[in-house]
Amino acid sequence: MSTSTRPHRYVTATDGQRLAVYSAGPTRLPPPPSTDAHGAVPPTRLPPPPSRDAYGAVPPTGPTLLLVHGYPDNATVWESLVADLAADYHVVSYDVRGAGRSTAPDDRSGYLMDQLADDLRTVADSVSPDRPVHLIAHDWGSIQTWHAVTEAEHAHRFASFTSVSGPNLDHAGHWLQQAPDGVRNVLRQAVRSSYIGFFSTPGLPEAAWLSGIGGAALAGLERIGGGPRVPAKRATRDYLNGLELYRANMFRRFTRPTERRTGVPVQVLAPTHDAFMVEQVQSNAARWVEDFRFHRFKGGHWSVRSHPAPVARRVRAFVEEIESGSPRPTRNLTAQQARRHGGAFAGQVAVITGAGSGIGRCLAFELAERGARIVAVDVNAPAAERTAELCSMITPGSSAQRVDVTDSAAMDKLAAGVREEYGVPDLVVNNAGIGVAGPFLEASTEDLERVIDINLWGVINGVRAFAPMMVESGGGGRIVNTASAASYLPSRLYGAYSATKAAVLGLSRSLRGELAGKGVSVTAVCPGLINTGIISNARLSGMGEVSGTKDKLNRLYRLRGYTPEKAARRIANAIESGPEIVPVTSEAHIGLALSRLSPAAIRGYARVAPPI
Amino acid sequence: MSHKKVTGNTASQAELDAFRELQQLAYQAASDVAASLEPGVTEREAARRVREHLEARGVQDWFHTPFAWFGDRTAFRDFRVPLQFFPTRRRLEEGMPFILDCAPVRDGYVADIGYSGYLGENPLHDRLMDDLRAHRRLIVEKVREGNTLQDVYRAVDALIREQGYDNRHQVYPGRVIAHQVGKVESRLPKAIVAGFGIRSLQTLFGDLIVERAHHRSPLWADGDISAHPATPGMWAVEPHIGFRDIGVKFEEILVVTSDDAYWLDDDLPHVTRWSQRTLSDVGSKDTAAPLTTVGASEETATV
Repeated sequence: MSTSTRPHRYVTATDGQRLAVYSAGPTRLPPPPSTDAHGAVPPTRLPPPPSRDAYGAVPPTGPTLLLVHGYPDNATVWESLVADLAADYHVVSYDVRGAGRSTAPDDRSGYLMDQLADDLRTVADSVSPDRPVHLIAHDWGSIQTWHAVTEAEHAHRFASFTSVSGPNLDHAGHWLQQAPDGVRNVLRQAVRSSYIGFFSTPGLPEAAWLSGIGGAALAGLERIGGGPRVPAKRATRDYLNGLELYRANMFRRFTRPTERRTGVPVQVLAPTHDAFMVEQVQSNAARWVEDFRFHRFKGGHWSVRSHPAPVARRVRAFVEEIESGSPRPTRNLTAQQARRHGGAFAGQVAVITGAGSGIGRCLAFELAERGARIVAVDVNAPAAERTAELCSMITPGSSAQRVDVTDSAAMDKLAAGVREEYGVPDLVVNNAGIGVAGPFLEASTEDLERVIDINLWGVINGVRAFAPMMVESGGGGRIVNTASAASYLPSRLYGAYSATKAAVLGLSRSLRGELAGKGVSVTAVCPGLINTGIISNARLSGMGEVSGTKDKLNRLYRLRGYTPEKAARRIANAIESGPEIVPVTSEAHIGLALSRLSPAAIRGYARVAPPI
Repeated sequence: MSHKKVTGNTASQAELDAFRELQQLAYQAASDVAASLEPGVTEREAARRVREHLEARGVQDWFHTPFAWFGDRTAFRDFRVPLQFFPTRRRLEEGMPFILDCAPVRDGYVADIGYSGYLGENPLHDRLMDDLRAHRRLIVEKVREGNTLQDVYRAVDALIREQGYDNRHQVYPGRVIAHQVGKVESRLPKAIVAGFGIRSLQTLFGDLIVERAHHRSPLWADGDISAHPATPGMWAVEPHIGFRDIGVKFEEILVVTSDDAYWLDDDLPHVTRWSQRTLSDVGSKDTAAPLTTVGASEETATV
């Protein structure tokens, strides 16, 4: 759509409504036919005449993007995004019935979901009769587009679908009834959706919009997450007619949801500060979509209007991938696994250091099972390759990198390589670390330097290599640093180790504050006693005969019985919501609580000499 | 082995042939039932089919009645009490792994086998099955070298970790990877208690008492009681590896003599399968994979 507010054409819907359609971007005619020596076109080489759409226009040779707006917007909500995308694509948007310059049905039944999906297909057929279109939709536009792509007879008309801030109502109905992400998230969504009940009441919402009260409230909500400073170009009819969308569809879809699936590739883009949607109700759609990706970006509900760059970046990458014809990623899950996970990590890229063993390796497997592509980083190349190989057998596309995290130049090179091959990662887990135990005064300088280099500088190098690109790309990513319960549980047994982990925890908490405004969350993981084999590889000093001590410590870890697989599951569940600290085992939880409630108890623990 | 022969006499060739024949019969039963499994069948139904198949072919008693595990139960996920080993009403679905495990007794001879399969196709399941091959070679080589059972157990554990999997035989009662078997000689009636034949249990407990007196155990695990080389006789060995929701195992008899160790039979479904596949990765070579210590690996740090 150009900045012109006049529609370029009208498309007549199946029930006679007229939909205003806007287009922008290159419309390339095919090259002229070659001629012979006399300037005539040889008949045998006459090219077929270019196909024309229903209005006699030659459609573009490149892909067409079709944009569907939400409520209470009209097609002008896309102006900034269209300005970005029109340089490369034929971009079409239209005013949904009742909004903008489209006509409005007289009866509420004219707003039923099936009719809205039919409008979408009609516009797609009109603007790109010969090839499927790529859909981008926001809010209510996304709701109706979800309905269209999950209709078997329509799906072949759509090459891909990028959804911003709008679920399929049937999927949402299942999610609300079954609460796969917990009752807490259902309640959070219920609070955010409370306006739906208000919109369903007769007369009141109309009065709110006409009196200006509704507009003032909406202006406040639009500012959440750094929303648009430019006022929206909306007309009163946009506010009033669109209410029928809620009244005609919401109740029946939420109370009697049907099973709606699709083979159309879908990517969901979730703003970090969406006033109306929790992430889980959108990511859970992975249950119903063969090829699903989920990405977060910094912004509020109307970011498509104010800060479209992250959306444009994801759209370009997605469309180019689909147009390239590269094989679609398919997860190789058991029947149970397919039922177990939503899509919170689906289609994402996760870089994990120390991925050759222990929690790092198990977290790689866990995230791969949840749909992430893994870049497995370890100083032990065969171990990293093995991790990546198994991850790729769950979700294709993982790779391994042999990198020493203490080498900042190598980490910078790793980050550049990841960006080149995968794009900016959604998740970076600085996990590599080693154990050092024994009295601090008996530790060798070499051991101290090694533990500081790996445990602390490894995290610092990881953050410095990846955080800038994560900020620059529009936020939404997560950094996870593996600290330890030792960071708040001091002990005479592991002074040097505790120092490095306390530094990691302190860095993570400070960095969390620093990056909060930039849309990148930082989480510190404090595992506790996890039977990873860390003791076998730890440096011990001043603790008697090393192998005997290691046997005793290993037995302690084995008796504790907390496996790295279980730890990885806990960590993956926790980092979905981006908390500040993730204590994993019960002793990590208790230690954290005691460090806050009873410092004296912690001081006493530090003096205890275990019989090792 | 029978506790009357704690000095470790090896069975005669005729007896070995009888054990081999019964093991073949048990694997044939598992293979036939596996081929008959369809979506919707329950673990109980699958176990019943194995039982009927073998009873129709002369099996009179059981060391333990047939087990069937579907889905993540093949990896014993969230198993906390022994009752969870018994077949349930869980239904098999397309895309589910399964394991059939049975231990028939015929004319006093015992077999104890485990058969892993998958309903549909899954490269990951194939990979786990391929990687089991290294464990079969590792075990026999380590036993042949005279290592203690405890050390062999730990070597298997290390290889499992190196491969990226986790040890699931540690979930069995006693964490056993193997147990001794021998001819069942008992005057007790044929009866099943909690899934185990009481005549076989009597033999096993007898062995347990006598072996303990010699500071050994007929149960092979990683405790200090297994810190001795394998006692000559026959051991039913069952390395069981797990990855996510998939568990795979084999179980077959290892014959240990005073100076050697060998598998009773190489003509078994999993061995045949390996010989038909081209294997080239970790733990899938014809010789046991070297057990590298991941000393240089950067482990996740924990308290």
